[in-house]
Amino acid sequence: MGEPNLVAMSGFVIFIALSLVITWFAARRTHSTKDFYAAGGSVTALQNGLALAGDYMSAASFLGIAGLVALSGFDGLIYSIGFLVGWPVVVCLIAEPLRHLGRFTFSDVVAFRLRQAPVRVASAAGSLAVIAFYLIAQMVGAGNLIRLLFGLDYEVAVAIVGVVMLAYVLFGGMIATTWVQIVKAVLLLSGAFMLAAMVLARFSFNPLALFAAAAEQYGPAVLAPGRLVSDPVDAISLGLALMFGTAGLPHILMRFYTVPDGRTARVSVAYATAIIGIFYLLTFILGFGAMVLVGQDAIRGVDAGGNMAAPLLAEVVGGQAFLGFIAAVAFATILAVVAGLTLAGAAALSHDIYVNVFRHGHATEKEQLLVARYATIVLALISIGLGIVFKGQNVAYMVGLAFAIAASANFPALILSMFWKPFTTRGAQASILFGTVATLALIYLSPTIQVDLLKHTTAYFPYRNPGLFTIPLSFIIGIIVSLAAPEPAAAAGFAKLEQQIHFGAPDEDAS
Amino acid sequence: MSDSAARLVTLSAARWRLSIILTAAMTLIYVAFILLIAFNKQLLGTVLVPGLSLGILLGVLVIVSAWALIMIYVRWTNANYDVALADIRRAHREGR
Repeated sequence: MGEPNLVAMSGFVIFIALSLVITWFAARRTHSTKDFYAAGGSVTALQNGLALAGDYMSAASFLGIAGLVALSGFDGLIYSIGFLVGWPVVVCLIAEPLRHLGRFTFSDVVAFRLRQAPVRVASAAGSLAVIAFYLIAQMVGAGNLIRLLFGLDYEVAVAIVGVVMLAYVLFGGMIATTWVQIVKAVLLLSGAFMLAAMVLARFSFNPLALFAAAAEQYGPAVLAPGRLVSDPVDAISLGLALMFGTAGLPHILMRFYTVPDGRTARVSVAYATAIIGIFYLLTFILGFGAMVLVGQDAIRGVDAGGNMAAPLLAEVVGGQAFLGFIAAVAFATILAVVAGLTLAGAAALSHDIYVNVFRHGHATEKEQLLVARYATIVLALISIGLGIVFKGQNVAYMVGLAFAIAASANFPALILSMFWKPFTTRGAQASILFGTVATLALIYLSPTIQVDLLKHTTAYFPYRNPGLFTIPLSFIIGIIVSLAAPEPAAAAGFAKLEQQIHFGAPDEDAS
Repeated sequence: MSDSAARLVTLSAARWRLSIILTAAMTLIYVAFILLIAFNKQLLGTVLVPGLSLGILLGVLVIVSAWALIMIYVRWTNANYDVALADIRRAHREGR
């Protein structure tokens, strides 16, 4: 660990070279904004399922959950489940309507029958807030991980991730991002499969024998719920944020524009959920494998948070070469997730803010592509900056924060705009801004910041997770503000929305 | 209201009903699982066979239920909704 490892380094270089080759091919096919933001709308269901899974299976879930399981057993499973149960919501309520109503961003849907400029400013702000916190978590995680795995300096590691990601988003757009995501998903899944098989080979391929060995070594408590869910209100609150946050993550929602129609969007979620579910079950086995074969003390010795459990396990069962392979896969994972986030952020800045607010929807394709690329450069620089500024911060809660904002700011506005006729421009603005600000404020006042970070003895708000309060309040505020000042034009557009929710945009009807 | 418009309203209502039922089912299953963990840790720690606690079994079942709910939705929409929708579209084009 921490020593430059030949296999890891070669894997790392091969993956960067491979993503640049993909970028080169993708760049030749990227001519329009539809290519840049939505891969030309020609991605198949299986490809999109893999790419969705790739976007969702971040290094945080691979290394973090394996570590959580290794150190506390059953509790890690609770986290995995929270991340999985949002997908039925995505397929039932969001995927198809989103594909039929919008082109590039989820703001397209919220702004469908409302006044463009004010709604787009609000929903782009909601998107960017989610993306910023998610990016910080990924970049800081990337810096730490690459330092541990390859022995590179933190700042160098953050800069490499930023620059490589920039190269392929800038030139290859969504086509390159999608293919890198697919390659990464296949690598991550096969890496996890091989590792799990090598672990289970020592337990006659019976996971229960592995769990029993863990219980014998560390006591039966590792098979039972521990400290993670101590306060039911907090647990439900976190659960709701994970569940409805998935349906409000801009980089996930954007993927539904890359497929040709609603049916493909729907089937791609079925593939994605199958892949993600299997991946989490494998991670559960890896966590227990690390607990038994590496040992909790050894894992804590390398990283107190347990993040190195999976790489250490790879070293024990497969030696230096396999450690190198898993390290390269973890790097690929970070790079791909950061790219997806950056592209979603660039779409919010250029498609929502520049094209539809400043240029009132009248910008040439060439101008739009240029602005999208400038926005990508700006976001890549910001993400490198954020990664360096937040060095050494505990970032675990930032992913939770991103999900809480997505669930409280983006999800209610998306649902109300699609299903509730009286929804108005002001209602959407109020709901999104309240969701963002209230989530940030309550987390600032919670024990996570007040007690853990600022070392105060008490917090102003007793719960660590605000979702239980902010999600319903965002809905209520959107409804009250809409009812207080009706907007006849928005209500009149509802019939067209209902038609298009099923049939898609008229110009796509012929294809 | 034309015949095809009326059929679209019925079809749309049927799809939303299924969507809402499945979303509610997932929420209930998940919240019940969390509440069980919060209020009865001992019960979930019960070891059924060596290595398998009730908690692990139920956790895996929650994951399987998410798969099942998605399969129900995808199967119904692929088999019924898409067909009915294509029908309505054809009728609409023919101007019935």
